[in-house]
Amino acid sequence: MRPFTYERARTPAEAAAAAKRHAGAKFVAGGTNLLDLMKLEIETPTHLIDVNGLGLDTLETTPEGGLRIGALVRNTDLAADARVRRDYGVLARALLAGASGQLRNMATTAGNLLQRTRCPYFYDTNMPCNKRVPGDGCAAIGGFTRQHAVIGASDACIATHPSDMAVALRVLDATVETIGPDGATRRIPLADFHRLPGDQPQVETALAAGELITAVTLPRPVGGAHFYRKVRDRASFAFALVSVAAIVQRDGSGRVALGGVAHKPWRVEAAESEMTKGARAVVARLLAGAKPTTENAFKLKLVERVLAAVLAEAKGARG
Amino acid sequence: MKFDTPATTNPIDQLKVVGQPFDRIDGPAKTTGTARYAYESHDVAPDAVYGCIVGAAIAKGRILSIDETDAKAAPGVLGIVTAENAGKLGQGDFNTAKLLGGPEVDHYHQAIAVVVAGTFEQARAAAQRLRVRYEPSRGRFDLAAAKDTAVKPKPGAGGPSDSSVGDFATAFAAAPVQFDATYTTPDQTHAMMEPHATVAKWDGNQLTMWTSNQMIAWTVGDVAKTLGIPKEDVRLISPYIGGGFGGKLFLRADALLAALAARAVRRPVKVALPRPLVINNTTHRPATIQRIRLGATRDGKLTAIAHESWSGDQPDGEPETAVSQTRLLYAGEHRLTAMRLAVLDLPEGNSMRAPGEAPGMMALEIAIDEMAEKLGLDPVEFRIRNDTQVVPDNPVKADSDDPQAKGEQTHVPHPPFSQRQLVECLRRGAEKFGWARRNPKPAQARDGRWLVGTGVAAAFRNNLLMKSAARVRLDQRGIVTVETDMTDIGTGSYTIIAQTAAEMMGVSLDEVVVNLGDSRFPVSCGSGGQFGAANSTSGVFAACVKLREAVARKLGVEAGEATFAHGRVFAGGRSGTLAELAGPAGLTGEDGIEYGDLDKRYQQSTFGAHFVEVGVDAVTGETRVRRMLAVCAAGRILNPKSARSQVIGAMTMGVGAALMEDLVVDKRKGFFVNHDLAGYEVPVHADIPHQEVIFLEETDPIASPMKAKGVGELGICGVGAAVANAIHHATGIRIRDYPITLDKLLERLPLPTDSG
Repeated sequence: MRPFTYERARTPAEAAAAAKRHAGAKFVAGGTNLLDLMKLEIETPTHLIDVNGLGLDTLETTPEGGLRIGALVRNTDLAADARVRRDYGVLARALLAGASGQLRNMATTAGNLLQRTRCPYFYDTNMPCNKRVPGDGCAAIGGFTRQHAVIGASDACIATHPSDMAVALRVLDATVETIGPDGATRRIPLADFHRLPGDQPQVETALAAGELITAVTLPRPVGGAHFYRKVRDRASFAFALVSVAAIVQRDGSGRVALGGVAHKPWRVEAAESEMTKGARAVVARLLAGAKPTTENAFKLKLVERVLAAVLAEAKGARG
Repeated sequence: MKFDTPATTNPIDQLKVVGQPFDRIDGPAKTTGTARYAYESHDVAPDAVYGCIVGAAIAKGRILSIDETDAKAAPGVLGIVTAENAGKLGQGDFNTAKLLGGPEVDHYHQAIAVVVAGTFEQARAAAQRLRVRYEPSRGRFDLAAAKDTAVKPKPGAGGPSDSSVGDFATAFAAAPVQFDATYTTPDQTHAMMEPHATVAKWDGNQLTMWTSNQMIAWTVGDVAKTLGIPKEDVRLISPYIGGGFGGKLFLRADALLAALAARAVRRPVKVALPRPLVINNTTHRPATIQRIRLGATRDGKLTAIAHESWSGDQPDGEPETAVSQTRLLYAGEHRLTAMRLAVLDLPEGNSMRAPGEAPGMMALEIAIDEMAEKLGLDPVEFRIRNDTQVVPDNPVKADSDDPQAKGEQTHVPHPPFSQRQLVECLRRGAEKFGWARRNPKPAQARDGRWLVGTGVAAAFRNNLLMKSAARVRLDQRGIVTVETDMTDIGTGSYTIIAQTAAEMMGVSLDEVVVNLGDSRFPVSCGSGGQFGAANSTSGVFAACVKLREAVARKLGVEAGEATFAHGRVFAGGRSGTLAELAGPAGLTGEDGIEYGDLDKRYQQSTFGAHFVEVGVDAVTGETRVRRMLAVCAAGRILNPKSARSQVIGAMTMGVGAALMEDLVVDKRKGFFVNHDLAGYEVPVHADIPHQEVIFLEETDPIASPMKAKGVGELGICGVGAAVANAIHHATGIRIRDYPITLDKLLERLPLPTDSG
């Protein structure tokens, strides 16, 4: 771990201003991922701004009838909220499918979005990794790739985003609210929040330097049946091989987003027009252009099977 | 005490204390955090500083240079030890690759330096400032690719590499029903909770190490040999161990580098291995490729059995003895076993819980299931039909390199088993599990989204005899104190040793104090190979016999006529309390158990049967265990509670081996990629919903005066195959490559509806 300085911010504006003063600063909330990465010197912030005291830990109904989730709402609390459970079931289920009880107690909404890939080559500083050292190469390509991306990857990086929550937020059309170092606020649709690796895999989100997430907002509930199916080798406390977040309406229309297949939660809205035709038709468009490896080609088949089961269950529930 | 004739009635048979399900006596210390594990030995070395090990960044090659400038300039740094300045180091008897590499690098994360600083954080930060330049060379990392270069290894503790009875080739060719398949098991890591950790302190020439080690005497010897100092100058203290599973049988880099670092900086030094180093720096269970051929008559009698296994290791390493149980488990006139060893430049392979049998049974017990299916026989019935009461294949064992192995040679070609209740285990288990209700046809049962199946496998693990000594002191309060260098790796050694002493001396459990894990105490068998419980308590038994004699002498009676009960001794109308007979000077008994040739005249093994029910998600192929049952016949069970804990722990580990555990080799770079507990998955609570263990009534007077054998490894042997067989029963899909992950099943599972 590199030496760093530390301060506690008291307001979002103060946090943003602190970030402006310290070029190499990082915000820390739950610390469930950042601190591990600092110990390995994969993250080397020179300054930590503790945002836990900012008061961004409440859930409010928005004037539009949606839900505004404070950036610091813990995963446990978010999953347990009655409104989330009633109106955004896919989110509650995704949260509870993630990590462990202890981690969910610490992990925050914003931090969950910002967690970094679990690619084992990213974690081993003896191995080349373009995320850690841009231009260094990618040890994962040609290596052990069972967990890696099957779509949207590049010659520079084949990592996946590990979050379950983000997949649900993507299918819910969530928006990320931020405040910049200059005090300006902006709203970023979750669709645009995470980036594909391209030739800059080290740039993972649309956030500018020093920009702080203050909330995630959800639009009005869309109803429908909510599904979050996470597939993994053991029953708990494992990252998804693939996950399927879906909302299916009574008429069979709906939305679907995938986890474990790409560098970001994967959703192709155009594919959703095929929902009533069945899983194969949806997946043909959703994963068009996929380039799996021998080790992870099973993910394509798996996605299709899980989505088929979800659609069958939704149909069954409709009677 | 030489144990060379079967045990007759002795005080242990009273079973007032032994055989009772006492809570573990070290439980309160552990659950309240007052048990001091190695790294928490703060009080003994309050001025300790911290060492951080640097592991090699390449798998094979040479270090060209190490630039220490930045590391030395880092805050708090007190010293850096590398092969350059460590002085001449010997090679321990139990190490294959060097514990401190350089300039040659033998495997990934081989230790090449330890950086010492005032705090842990400083040491770790400085270690990352060490600039090492390497010249990599080509290594061999792929067992399948190296298989054809594998050679016959030298005979080891498990016997010769090859054995043969009758004429396998002819019998197999002539068999009406033949079966031939190849199985693979992956590399595995022990994944114990507590990583390897040591605090080392020098007082002049005297080295003391508070460490986490299963085998105190082995490790004292290897510390001395590696450092080139007399054994008498080395003291090891290892009272509590947070799991070992064979990963802590030996001197490893944490202990050696702590000692070297402490010598260099003239301060006590603490070193713990971070998890990636536990995985790539220390030992692991090697991967195997196993070919099994079976020939049988149409009515289900095995006539020909061949089991060949290939594994890899560092140069001069040892094979995974995956064929050993096949020499012992089933009848069959014509037989062949063979092990071949390839040189690999991966981290060194060595023991992990039930070495040999654990991966061997994973293959053999699928093969038996497959053959039963081919014959149209129930797999329980098929096993029963091929039971044997004598050893079918008993090759002459050469003298082994194991310094504790015995030299005497009494070869009996087909010795009987001291006890063998395999058939009873299978029958009892089948009855308890509801096996009779099972539809023999696979892929028939469904419970919602789950395809449900059940599987069975035999369990088998040998009982190993090891010398073991103890000292027992009686003081004027009537307290009995046991001292032995035996270790408790979470198994319950403290408790069963206390039960043994209490039974022998006629006192209650709370009048016994047990002190373990100190090399100043008499040398025990240590913990490993499921030999700890029976041998260490037999050593305590022997010492207690001596103490009983001393007490009886004080009373002026013959020990043989004395009764020890309620803290008193009675004989011939005389009686006295232990406390007053001990007097202010106290009394001491010291002795050990050593064995004659009873293990040559009788085969000593433990048996069991595993029954498993799984659900396989029809959509995803995820396998989840629904219930498990183990029936064990393993001699006298010294403490049913701690024995059950051992067995359910082993069953859990077997589920891991079946479904998820896989140290993945990067065959280009030559290392285990998933080197942390996020990447190397072991079962969590949610994976293990229901386990049941039944111990059959058994005493084995041939095994030891305790009439007990080991049980801690029996529980893992066969579990993997039982799970695999249950998956086959659930789905009709036979997977021969462990672990059985969903990607291996997916293609052959039926399509879900609504695929469109």
